[in-house]
Amino acid sequence: MKIHEYQAKDLFLAYGIPTITGNVCHDKESCLQAYTGINSPIAVVKAQVHTGGRGKAGGVKLVHNQEELVSNALKILGLEINGFKTEKVLVAEAVDIASEYYLSLVVDRNSKSVIMILSREGGIDIEDVAKKTPEKIHKIPIDPLVGITDFKAREAGFYLFDEFEIVKQFVPMIKNLYTLMVEKDAGLVEINPLVVTKQGRLLAIDAKMTFDDNALYRQSEIESLAELTNEEIVEKEAKNKGFSFVALNGKIGCMVNGAGLAMSTMDTIKLYGGEPANFLDIGGSSNPGKVIEAMKLLLSDPNVNVVLINIFGGITRCDDVAKGLIEAFKSISTDIPIVVRLSGTNEKEGNEMLKGSPFFSASTMGEAIKKAVELSHKNS
Amino acid sequence: MSILIDKNTRLVVQGITGRDGGFHTSKMVAYGTNVVAGTSPGKGGAFVGSVPVFNGVKEAVEKEGADTSIIFIPAPFVKDAIMEAADAGVKLIICITEGVPTLDMIFARKYAYSKGAKILGPNCPGLISPGKSLIGIMPGNIFSEGGTGVISRSGTLTYEVVYNLTKEGMGQSTAVGIGGDPVAGLYYIDLLEMFQNDPDTHSIALIGEIGGDAEEQAARYIKEKVTKPVAVYIAGSSAPQGKRMGHAGAIISSGSGSAEEKQDAFRMAGVPVADEPSQIPKLLNTYLKSKV
Repeated sequence: MKIHEYQAKDLFLAYGIPTITGNVCHDKESCLQAYTGINSPIAVVKAQVHTGGRGKAGGVKLVHNQEELVSNALKILGLEINGFKTEKVLVAEAVDIASEYYLSLVVDRNSKSVIMILSREGGIDIEDVAKKTPEKIHKIPIDPLVGITDFKAREAGFYLFDEFEIVKQFVPMIKNLYTLMVEKDAGLVEINPLVVTKQGRLLAIDAKMTFDDNALYRQSEIESLAELTNEEIVEKEAKNKGFSFVALNGKIGCMVNGAGLAMSTMDTIKLYGGEPANFLDIGGSSNPGKVIEAMKLLLSDPNVNVVLINIFGGITRCDDVAKGLIEAFKSISTDIPIVVRLSGTNEKEGNEMLKGSPFFSASTMGEAIKKAVELSHKNS
Repeated sequence: MSILIDKNTRLVVQGITGRDGGFHTSKMVAYGTNVVAGTSPGKGGAFVGSVPVFNGVKEAVEKEGADTSIIFIPAPFVKDAIMEAADAGVKLIICITEGVPTLDMIFARKYAYSKGAKILGPNCPGLISPGKSLIGIMPGNIFSEGGTGVISRSGTLTYEVVYNLTKEGMGQSTAVGIGGDPVAGLYYIDLLEMFQNDPDTHSIALIGEIGGDAEEQAARYIKEKVTKPVAVYIAGSSAPQGKRMGHAGAIISSGSGSAEEKQDAFRMAGVPVADEPSQIPKLLNTYLKSKV
C-alpha cells in the first residue's frame, strides 16, 4: 500500500525525523493561504500522487512570489503523472540546500532482511545511479534481532558525510526511521533527497513510504490513509470474496485455481495468439457460490467473449468441481461460450459428468487454451 | 534417497486442532507420513485421530522425538510459532500459512537460523518425497516415485508440471514448494545444491515466476555447480508491471523481475526454458537421452 508524501512526513514528524511538512492544498485559495503561512517568499509546490518521477513530469516547482505560486499550482493541480491525476499539492517552505543525499530502508529479498541504501548522489533517480554507477551506492543489511545499533548508524553516517556534526544528527534520524519502519510494517522508507542545509541542518525534504499489505490487519491507522484507484477497488472487492483478481485488456476471461497456474494460463493464451481479459485465482474449493461470484466478475467486463475455466483438481477432486460447476451454471445465463478443463484427482469422473453440459471440455491445458483462443477469434 | 524428508522424518503439526491442520493431518497420515504429535495450546492431552496433542512444541520434541514441524496457524501468530519450533530444537519448519507480514518472517527466519533450524515457506504447499513422506497440502496421488527433483514457487502450477511428468513416466525424488512470498526460507540455490548431491535425483524441474531475481541467481548457480539436467518454466510473461499476481512476491517492479529477464538468464546459462508447462518432461528427456 502506498501513501502520499505529506502523509509520510506526518509520520516522520511523529517519530522525531527532522522534515518540513508544509500544507496540503486542493485549490488556489488553500495554496494562497498556505503560502501566507510561510515566512520566506521562496516555496515549493509538489504534486501528491502515488507515483514516482514527479519532478520530470513537471509536478514539482520552486516559486518565488505569489504570482508564480498561483500559476504553478494551477498547472500542477489536474496534471496527469504516469496515469495518476494530481488532485492535491503540497505547499512548503523551500530550504537553502548545501548538499543532497539518498537514503532508504527497504526489505531486500536476497539478504532476507531490511537494508539501508545510501548514496551521495541524492535528488536524482536512484535506479539510474544503480545501473550506471553502482559503485556510488552502498548497502548495509540490518540484523533483525538487534535493529540498528549506534555503531551501524555511525558507519552509515560516515559513508554519507564528512563532518561529524552531521553524522551526529544522522544517527538518531536513521534509528528513528528504522523504528518507524518496523512499528508501521513499512516495506520501504525513502528520503530522496536527504539534504544538509547551508545552516548545517540535516533535513528530509522528501518522504516516500510503502506498506506491507499482509500487515494491514494490525495497522488500521495506516490502512485509513489508503486512496485506492478504481482498479484497486475492484481488486479489493474481489479479495474480500476470496479471489485474487487483476483486470487486463483482452477478450478471454480466465477462472483458475492457484496463482501460478493462473499466470501460466494467461501466458499460454498469449502464446497461442489470444488475449487474456484478466488474472483470476479462485483458490481451492468446489463451492458453486464461488463459481457464480467469479462468473459475475468475468461477465461484468464487456470485452469478454469466451470464458476459460482451468482447474487442477488436487485435494478438491475433479468430480466435486464438476458438480459445483453444473450447480453454479443453473443460475447463470450467458451466451458466451465456456471452455472447461479439469485435470488431476478423479479427472475421469469429473469429465464424464461434464458430458452433455453446455461447456466445451478439454482434457489438457494446451487443448483448452487452443479452443478458447479459436472461439475468441470467431466471436470477435 | 530424497531430500529434506523421508520415512524417518518425525513430524509435529502446529495448529493440529484447527480446520486445515486437522484435515491435512488426516491426509498426511493416510499417505504414510510419520506424524508423531500435534500442538494446540490448552488442548494438551487430547488426540486428533491417533496423534497425541501437546500444549507446545517443546513437549512434542521431548516426548515424541519430533524433528520437523508443519505450521497451520493463522498469519498473526506465525512469527511466534516458527520461533517456538526452532527453540524446541526442530530442524525443519514448514510454513503453509499465507499472508504472514514480511517483517515477521525476516525476524523469525533469523531467529530460527540462529538456532540451526531451516524454514520452508511461508505461503507454500509443502513438500513430498513420493512413497516416503508428504508434509504439506499437496495431493499425494498425482505424484510418483522417481528421479526428478521439482522446485517451485507455486502450488497448482507444480501439480500441473508433476502431472505431466508422471504421465510421461518420470517420477519425482522430492517435490518442494518454496512459496510465493518475497521473503521465505529455503530457496532455489539451497535446493539445487541438495538435489545435485542426492544420488537418486537424476534431473531437476525448476518452476519460477515474476518478481525478485532469485531465478537469475539460480541460473548462475546451475551454470557453475549443477551437472544434472535442469529444465525451467517461468510464469508471468503476460503480467503487467506493478501488479501483484496473487502471490505477494509475484510483482514486476520498476523494470526488474520480469519473466523475460529470467528466461534469458536461464538460456544464457544453457538451461532449456519451456514455453508452456507441458513441455518440461520433453525437455528433460531430450537432455537425459543426449547424456546417455
